[in-house]
Amino acid sequence: MLCVVRNALGELTAKLGFSEAECRAVVLAVDEALTNIIRHAYLGDHEQFIEASFRRIHLPRDDKSEDALEIVLEDSGVTANPEKMCGRALEDVKPGGLGMHFIRQSMDTVEFTRSNGRNQLRMVKILHRQTAQKGS
Amino acid sequence: MQIAARHFDTTTIFDISGDIDLATSPVLRKALLHELRELKMPRVVLNLGAVRYIDSSGVASLVEGLKASRDVGSRFILFGLNKTVREVLQLSKLLKIFEIYESEEQSVAP
Repeated sequence: MLCVVRNALGELTAKLGFSEAECRAVVLAVDEALTNIIRHAYLGDHEQFIEASFRRIHLPRDDKSEDALEIVLEDSGVTANPEKMCGRALEDVKPGGLGMHFIRQSMDTVEFTRSNGRNQLRMVKILHRQTAQKGS
Repeated sequence: MQIAARHFDTTTIFDISGDIDLATSPVLRKALLHELRELKMPRVVLNLGAVRYIDSSGVASLVEGLKASRDVGSRFILFGLNKTVREVLQLSKLLKIFEIYESEEQSVAP
């Protein structure tokens, strides 16, 4: 089912006005986050429930506000282990440990919380609008 | 993901297409390790031109293939990287550790 989420998210981010590279980055981050939940919170069980919400938000910055996409993923798996989520040092060439690095590189905000027996991962990607060309 | 192997004297070329992710990367990993560890092919080449998506588990499979190739003294070559695959390898800072070419011709050259 991950490919279904990737396809839908690719369309959503494109419609919101993200660049192609930003769309790919958001898709990668969400895919890696879902993979982490399946592998670490649900211990490899693909049948468990993950709640995902996608919301356009306005972030105040200086006198203006910026548009952004807020993505929240919630699961009721085992407690997220922050040490496992730090990822490995990139210079250490070995399989695994890249997912968290991809998420942090791709998104502007990444926050983990645990409450009421649920893990919550909140990610935000700021929408950097392309400047319109003169005369267009 | 679909994976097809073409065997030559000292080279195996894998033509890979589709998405390499959590569900499909174990298939790629198994194919690579079989070719390198069991058959000990001197050169294993991956055609990634039709790969639409690769995640960290796919990158991990490539790293395992590279490590296995070093263990048995084989060459492990990637070619046809599109923007998506190149970006992910760049993000992982692993682009430079792989032997990468633009075309199949370059990849199988002596």
